[in-house]
Amino acid sequence: MTAPALELRKTALNDVHRAMGGRMVEFGGWDMPVQYPAGTMTEHLRTRTHAGLFDVSHMGEIDVRGADAISFVNRLTSNDTTKLIDGQAQYSALTTPEGTVIDDLLVYRMASDHLLLIVNAGTTEKDWDWIKSHHQNENVELQNVSADYCQIALQGPDAISILQKLTDVPLAEIKYYHFREGDVDGVPSIVSRTGYTGEDGFEVYAAPEKAEQLWKKILDAGNFGGDDGVLPCGLAARNTLRLEAGMCLYGHEIDETTTLLEANLGWIAKLSKTDFIGRDALAKQKEAGIKRKLVGFEVTDRGIARDGQNVFVNGQCNGNVTSGSPAPFLKKNIGMAYVPVEFAAVGQRIEIDVRGKLVGAEIVPLPFYKRAK
Amino acid sequence: MANVPDNLHYSKDHEWVRVEGDTAVIGITDHAQEQLGDVVYVELPKAGEEFGAHDSFGSVESVKAVSEIFTPISGKVAEVNQSLADEPEKVNKDPYGEGWMIKMKMSKSGEVDSLLTAAEYEDFTKAESE
Repeated sequence: MTAPALELRKTALNDVHRAMGGRMVEFGGWDMPVQYPAGTMTEHLRTRTHAGLFDVSHMGEIDVRGADAISFVNRLTSNDTTKLIDGQAQYSALTTPEGTVIDDLLVYRMASDHLLLIVNAGTTEKDWDWIKSHHQNENVELQNVSADYCQIALQGPDAISILQKLTDVPLAEIKYYHFREGDVDGVPSIVSRTGYTGEDGFEVYAAPEKAEQLWKKILDAGNFGGDDGVLPCGLAARNTLRLEAGMCLYGHEIDETTTLLEANLGWIAKLSKTDFIGRDALAKQKEAGIKRKLVGFEVTDRGIARDGQNVFVNGQCNGNVTSGSPAPFLKKNIGMAYVPVEFAAVGQRIEIDVRGKLVGAEIVPLPFYKRAK
Repeated sequence: MANVPDNLHYSKDHEWVRVEGDTAVIGITDHAQEQLGDVVYVELPKAGEEFGAHDSFGSVESVKAVSEIFTPISGKVAEVNQSLADEPEKVNKDPYGEGWMIKMKMSKSGEVDSLLTAAEYEDFTKAESE
């Protein structure tokens, strides 16, 4: 174990993570807890059955204000920003002229002249530079406000009842991918019904100096004295939860070499809206047809597929695993991979090179896990 | 703090060795299993395979990571803990007992003496985490 490099960034909860026994690792330039003493397996299962609490303050926030806020973001992102109403959030992507992905993000419409973009931690600076450099004559004011927010995600079937103890905001009235501004334990917050686990839940944005108060109050509110209370969770559980839910992770399933169509994200590429960066390339690719596709697979032999391993079809190397892991809730070894479209059908047999040994797997539908509504 | 029994020998790769006559019982330390987290898969060699000291003889996987495991000494595998195939969690629950991994017929009897004592291993893990 080497000490973390001095330049690693810390969220407002860094001391709390350490005090609570979080094992700290580097992630996207940040010093973050990968797991707590309960362990990844327990954290994952607790989030599926009750509730898990995640510090995601490392995520970046970019403020776009001005009369042209919507048209500006609409030009830079693939989803249709004009369809948003106040208090609604949207999954979208910043795209290159080639239709590949600068970053995936959430666009929050705060007002008709004010959007808040939630971007990945490791790409915040890149996104910020990209967005600034593509500002033309639109009437917008851009600000990187990442340091002004902590972000705490409470996820799982009990999230709503736990969080409701701390706020008068009527949480049941907030629809999925919508948000409200209001007080949580007296702290002015954005309360958003979003998440990255495949469960119902909320993401709370507030001033970083209030992070510790919110974190501790939520853990208290969700402590039922037994094995059914909320658990603090690390990045490892966050990763396995999102993988079971079939969600993309930037730098794994998507990056500047993969297009939205290849990544099954055609649903956020609104080719019929007014022009956006990458639209023509995506329209062309849609017309011609994609050559490779992101698929989900289940390992059928003994063994665990891991990120980066090669995928073989009929003895030929044809792609690679983007994310591979044991799935704690499904109790299977699963993963996602890019394979040529002709081998992308559900039921297709593939093999994965697990450290020199070919391990059998089968393509299965995505997502692997879908919660009961 | 991780448990480090006095009667075992230790490697810097976080394996332990218990000498039983000319046989060495080998597993990973309490410290190692703590660092790994929940063990979900253990891959071990077959009986009869031969290894030199510091050879990789298998791997142990948690949800998050894969770690190779190394033979602290040289010899021939006499027995493998088959029960870890279905119950890998034994490595977490009882790393020095039911979580043992292989038994090796030692080919160089003096080799264990070059390994760390419990006190030396404790100092080593402390220094590593600083």
